[in-house]
Amino acid sequence: MSDTLLEVRNLRIDGTVRPPGERPKDINIVEGVSLTLAPGRVMGLIGESGAGKSTVGLSTLRYGRGGLRLSGEIWLNGRNIQTISPGQLRDLRGREVTYVSQSAAASFNPSIRLMDQVIEATVLHKIMSRSEAQKRAVELFGALSLPEPESIGSRYPHQVSGGQLQRVMTAMALCPKPDLIVFDEPTTALDVTTQIDVLAAIKTAIQHTGVAALYITHDLAVVAQVSDEILVLRHGKMVEHGAVQQIIEAPKEEYTRALVSAHSIPHEEQAATDNPVLRLEDITASYEGKIQVLTDVTAEIHPGQTLAVVGESGSGKSTLARVVTGLLPPEKGRVLFDDQPLPPALADRSLEQLRELQMIYQMADVAMNPRQTVATIIGRPLEMYFGIRGAEKRRRVIELLDQIEMGENFIDRYPAELSGGQKQRVCIARSLAAKPRMIICDEVTSALDPLVANGILKLLLNLQTEEGVAYMFITHDLATVEAISDSIAVMYQGRLVRYGPKTEVLTPPFDDYTDLLLSSVPELRLGWLEGVVQNRKMESAGF
Amino acid sequence: MIRMAAQRIALGCMLLVAASVLIFAGTQILPGDVAQSILGRSATPESLASLREELGLNKPAVQRYLDWLLAFLSGDLGTALSNGKDIGESVAGRLGNTLFLAGWAAAFSVPLAIFLGLLSVRYQDRTPDRMISGLSLASISLPEFFIGYLLIYFLAVKLQWFPSVATLNADMPLGEKLRTIALPVMVLTMVVLAHMMRMTRAAILNVMQSAYIETAELKGLTPFNVIRKHAFPNAIAPIVNVVMINLAYLVVGVVVVEVIFVYPGMGQYMVDHVSKRDVPVVQACGTIFAAVYIGLNLVADLVSIISNPRLRHPK
Repeated sequence: MSDTLLEVRNLRIDGTVRPPGERPKDINIVEGVSLTLAPGRVMGLIGESGAGKSTVGLSTLRYGRGGLRLSGEIWLNGRNIQTISPGQLRDLRGREVTYVSQSAAASFNPSIRLMDQVIEATVLHKIMSRSEAQKRAVELFGALSLPEPESIGSRYPHQVSGGQLQRVMTAMALCPKPDLIVFDEPTTALDVTTQIDVLAAIKTAIQHTGVAALYITHDLAVVAQVSDEILVLRHGKMVEHGAVQQIIEAPKEEYTRALVSAHSIPHEEQAATDNPVLRLEDITASYEGKIQVLTDVTAEIHPGQTLAVVGESGSGKSTLARVVTGLLPPEKGRVLFDDQPLPPALADRSLEQLRELQMIYQMADVAMNPRQTVATIIGRPLEMYFGIRGAEKRRRVIELLDQIEMGENFIDRYPAELSGGQKQRVCIARSLAAKPRMIICDEVTSALDPLVANGILKLLLNLQTEEGVAYMFITHDLATVEAISDSIAVMYQGRLVRYGPKTEVLTPPFDDYTDLLLSSVPELRLGWLEGVVQNRKMESAGF
Repeated sequence: MIRMAAQRIALGCMLLVAASVLIFAGTQILPGDVAQSILGRSATPESLASLREELGLNKPAVQRYLDWLLAFLSGDLGTALSNGKDIGESVAGRLGNTLFLAGWAAAFSVPLAIFLGLLSVRYQDRTPDRMISGLSLASISLPEFFIGYLLIYFLAVKLQWFPSVATLNADMPLGEKLRTIALPVMVLTMVVLAHMMRMTRAAILNVMQSAYIETAELKGLTPFNVIRKHAFPNAIAPIVNVVMINLAYLVVGVVVVEVIFVYPGMGQYMVDHVSKRDVPVVQACGTIFAAVYIGLNLVADLVSIISNPRLRHPK
């Protein structure tokens, strides 16, 4: 075997966009990317969304999503795969190179049993007989610590959890004994406590099989745990390439340095004042009286401060926001605003009460009417709450745009003409336009790239200082919590398991769940994953 | 899943009863009555009254409906008021003819539509796809009587390949029968083809956007196998749905075609008796049509329930 498995030379990827009503135009997605990978090595590809990470990853299978055109040379196992025939290409896919996608839930065929999908490529390429492949799959299920490895293959995709499905997909990629696996954000869609298991399983599998891998992610802390080297991409071009240690400890480029320090926003916790702006008293809520989602939640938020509500998906965080906004009247308990009880149901609240409590959502895309301009979107609350119209309204909108650091030239754009971060800023401006006392931020940075999210967090903190607005900040990202909050509420299965000022909540001794949650947050440090996994093994062994 | 299926079936039955009520109510609203149309110009007030008495037209509407419903359920469709013949017998022959025509039209159009749909997906946005779409849309855009007369003009009158009048009788051999109904089958196929083809294409294309199709492509499957193994099974529900709607149309909506080709089917039978104000016949035909329509859609619903792995294999 030679010492080079994969060599990409001067890769260029172009696409064609067809905006409705305009001539199709060519755009360049990736340019001048070159990399070499030795057998058994793991290279991390890192960058923001749109940096071309997945596109580069898929190019090793000569696959271009949506008709992307690849040019340049891609040498795999000693031949340029750009020049092979379609038949030879099909033979390469699923035999030499396999792919693990971000969303295993979407990447499995819902109407075929897992086992048949896992061994499909292995049997198709006649690498093993059906029964041998099944035996290997069961072994892999076991190696990836899936429950009931003997029988899990007979289930359908919807019958296993997201984290398990992601491991089944890893087994599917490993089954044909490929030379290279492309992992495309395999843990991004998972909860932080699930992510660590999948990450550990992937790392073990890579070590045991000696397969080479391209590991694509936007999370530097994650990629540092599994890779030997890292390639930083931005706008389709290479920014920096080096060993993991060099990249995280001594980054050379400005952009890499920004990525490495993305989460370090200093924020001093403020002491609670006497009069909370919002107080939740023994809130218990359920959907249609059947599934109880919240049990006895009591918390308060002080003027100009931030309460972070953290927990996994399904812990009841967003339901809490629905109770506060009146979308879901609680079964028991009260919501007090400035010591006055708020009517439980949205319809019974006065315009003034509605104005003082605003909301920003995770998906800025769908929270705005795509057929309205920024001026209309931000101007609407001005008109509704204050009756401001015409030139005065436009002047206020421009003021707000300045506040969110965007400026006047965005005023007549449509949401589709804004980037993800800009959309979220417009949503912030819209909620600020109402001059609220409190804003509920529901996972507002989760869909954004780290650097963009960072900008949004800084903006929110600045606005808090300027306007004295309080935030209820719902998130699953503990790093964000540290950056922004004054007090923290940790939720698990609808209950508050830990609640108090930030420093108190984040200082040991921890309860079991908070400990699990905190220790699962990937840290940008070599050997972190092994350390955590080792600790947990020792604990579960009774040490 | 069994509960859902049972629910569907119960709903279907309720719908059928509701439809029969509507049909009955509709025939009541029609101006004039059967006694008047039987007697025509010789009608005197006395003869009208006695004929109405004899035909049971003086009973309250609700009672007449219930009498009819009970008889219908026990298989007695009643006698036609206009000619005194047993409706069940007349309908049996007519319904057989209609099903014969619809069945052959379906036998050609369904496989053809699905095949063309698959072909369109395989060659999406390329010449074969454009041609298939263009031709089938053109054929659906023309009214069926127009297509019918076009075919009669070219294939029957000019080329004399097929007879222009589709008079069927029971003792014809099968080959002869098929030649006789060739033209109406062609018209019906052209009318339903486009709808089914477009829906098959859309349903599969919709599935082709899924991430699991990409997974299959990246495993090295051939394009055809990707469609056959991974796309088609997940597109079955919408395809069966549109096929059933079109099958129902083939049975229920053939009136115009039957009239053009003077085909002795249900449609003509019903139209004839509507003009004679023969309420029992119209009711019987209408109810049978409703039953076919509801039954086929019920089948589509059941197939989509069965083909959904989430319902078939709950957590």
